Amino acid sequence: MAQELIIEAGRTEGQYWRDVWRYRELFYFLAWRDFLIRYKQTYVGVAWALIRPVLTMFVLTMVGKFGKLPTGGAPGPLFFFCALLPWQFFSTTLSESSVSFVYNANLVSKIYFPRLVVPASCVIISFVDFFVSAVFLVILIFYYRFIPPAAIVFLPFFVLLIFGASLGAGLWTAALTVKFRDFRFVVPFIVQFGLFASVLFPGKGHLLYSLNPIVGIIDGFRWCILGGENVIYWPAFVASVLGVTFMVITGLWYFRKTERILADII
Amino acid sequence: MSDAIITIENLSKLYYLGNNVRDGRGFRHIIEDAVRNPVQWLKDKSRNLNAGKEEFWALKDVVFDIKQGEVVGIIGRNGAGKSTLLKILSRITEPTTGRISIKGRVASLLEVGTGFHAELTGRENIFLNGAILGMSKAEIKRKFDEIVAFSEIEKFLDTPVKHYSSGMYVRLAFAVAAHLEPEILIVDEVLAVGDAAFQKKCLGKMQEVSRSEGRTVIFVSHNIAAVLQLTSRAVVLDKGRVRFYGPTEEAVEQYTKAIDSDSTVFFPVDKLPRKNGGNQSAHFLSFRFDRPAPIFSSDENFRFLAKIRAAEDVPQLRLSVTIFTAEGVPIGSCSGAERPGLARGKETEVEVSIPNSRLAPGHYHCGVSVGKGDHRTGQVDFDVIIDTLAFEVRAEEGADGTVSTWHRNWGSIVFPDLIQNSHKNGNGNGNRL
Repeated sequence: MAQELIIEAGRTEGQYWRDVWRYRELFYFLAWRDFLIRYKQTYVGVAWALIRPVLTMFVLTMVGKFGKLPTGGAPGPLFFFCALLPWQFFSTTLSESSVSFVYNANLVSKIYFPRLVVPASCVIISFVDFFVSAVFLVILIFYYRFIPPAAIVFLPFFVLLIFGASLGAGLWTAALTVKFRDFRFVVPFIVQFGLFASVLFPGKGHLLYSLNPIVGIIDGFRWCILGGENVIYWPAFVASVLGVTFMVITGLWYFRKTERILADII
Repeated sequence: MSDAIITIENLSKLYYLGNNVRDGRGFRHIIEDAVRNPVQWLKDKSRNLNAGKEEFWALKDVVFDIKQGEVVGIIGRNGAGKSTLLKILSRITEPTTGRISIKGRVASLLEVGTGFHAELTGRENIFLNGAILGMSKAEIKRKFDEIVAFSEIEKFLDTPVKHYSSGMYVRLAFAVAAHLEPEILIVDEVLAVGDAAFQKKCLGKMQEVSRSEGRTVIFVSHNIAAVLQLTSRAVVLDKGRVRFYGPTEEAVEQYTKAIDSDSTVFFPVDKLPRKNGGNQSAHFLSFRFDRPAPIFSSDENFRFLAKIRAAEDVPQLRLSVTIFTAEGVPIGSCSGAERPGLARGKETEVEVSIPNSRLAPGHYHCGVSVGKGDHRTGQVDFDVIIDTLAFEVRAEEGADGTVSTWHRNWGSIVFPDLIQNSHKNGNGNGNRL
């Protein structure tokens, strides 16, 4: 006889995480669906993942030139693209996951699956975009005949950090938007404002700026890829690690809390 | 071990009505509350957030079990708790109390084509929908040809489903669902869609599944004929409770009987929480129709009695009535003239009638208020009761046994007969037709 399933109020965490594992295939299918839909009826398709950051890079490089922003010895485009790469990942996840439940309301109210799958699939899709854009970074490096420093071996660690930050923030916005649709309007603002706060004027060395965990991560990316004068600012780094850990843990906690009543309020 | 495949014990589900996040308490209000008075806000937060809200038990102490291979129907009126029960069984929402144990894989079909995406092709949707319904990729691949054959859409397999006709869409969706191989299948009203021939095919498939393969099926429908045809046992739900559980014929009998006997003519409203206040200077105790059943015909006076008690001296009062359709759409309202009031602590029963209401056949209910003033001079409400005095207007029966017809789409009011005159310039003589 098949395994017995018990339904009662307040299911245990253990059972939940077993379910997440059991529904891994659905997770894959949802990500695959979102990926297919994303570029359906577009001419350049997945190239959009590249076009957006590249265009932004050009704009930022111009602004940087006119504003005479220090690039720590690195070529302007390279300097800004290093920052845009993680920022784009973070901001796309944020905006996609904030509307993810609104788009999938029909699914959530008709079928059971661990709801974590929905925002997690947003993170995965943005992660794919991240890798597509990373190819362009490699091209830039070759174009400028730039030799990255030895610190590049630490890059995966910073990728992990930005992944965590995206996941944590994605969980928060996904859950919050279900309860308060206001966040549909708040998130685009964060994304817009964040580009200036984190990418263009990182306010290097200012403790207050460093409280933004993305600043530390961007610093890390530049340190690993560009080196030279782009040294890591340790308080910002510590703030990032702590901030990301905090975001993931509280994000999971809040998401799980909202998940129990999700189908009733969506 | 018993042979019950599903055991439901004391299952209840509580919802809070009104005043929740959805109707107006947005983020802004929470911030506002928090900023205005942080201490009070924290206190409120730590206390029960739902205090003071109206409770609604969608399900209350539901107990029954289903044996392996049984096909069980669930019947009940709108709001009886059928959908809530299905949602809990398919784990979409958690129960408030109680416990269900299920032995086996459950697939629930609360809707055909859940998760279908208009932009994706038929082929892509088969995989996606299969995964959503709980099939593995290998399983879908194995049954792919069968599914396509059942759905009869081979030619359009690589066309986005947004270009499908609604019939093709439903056929494809049901084809995927029909090829699930769960031990337990939960089906809700899916037969309401699609053409007659396809419905028959679906019913046949479901019968085949349950008879030959020994699967357990839970089937919810308003279609009593389908329930009788498909199921051997049925649960009758009424106001969240199990009214009856047993052989389908008996259950259907109980259900139809319950609908008839439920028509009450007495409506106590004394203890009811008031949704939209009034200052309670005077309040309603009860309403009643002075007839054996709450049934009227369209050309007679709509008449009821309202019992009122005054909490303080009210010099004068008047009553207003709003009539709503069964779906809750207001049809019209009227007020009476002000009449002499009541002394403190006194009770009175007022007879209210709407002369020749001209309501079309159908089910209605009323909202009643007592107050002073009227819509011209400005008014104060003492008490407002909505959703009471449910009644039915029946079509008149002619002397020869003919029943007048009235189509739902014609609305809820029967206007006076049309006056039709030939236009003077039309055929010259201006005679009435």
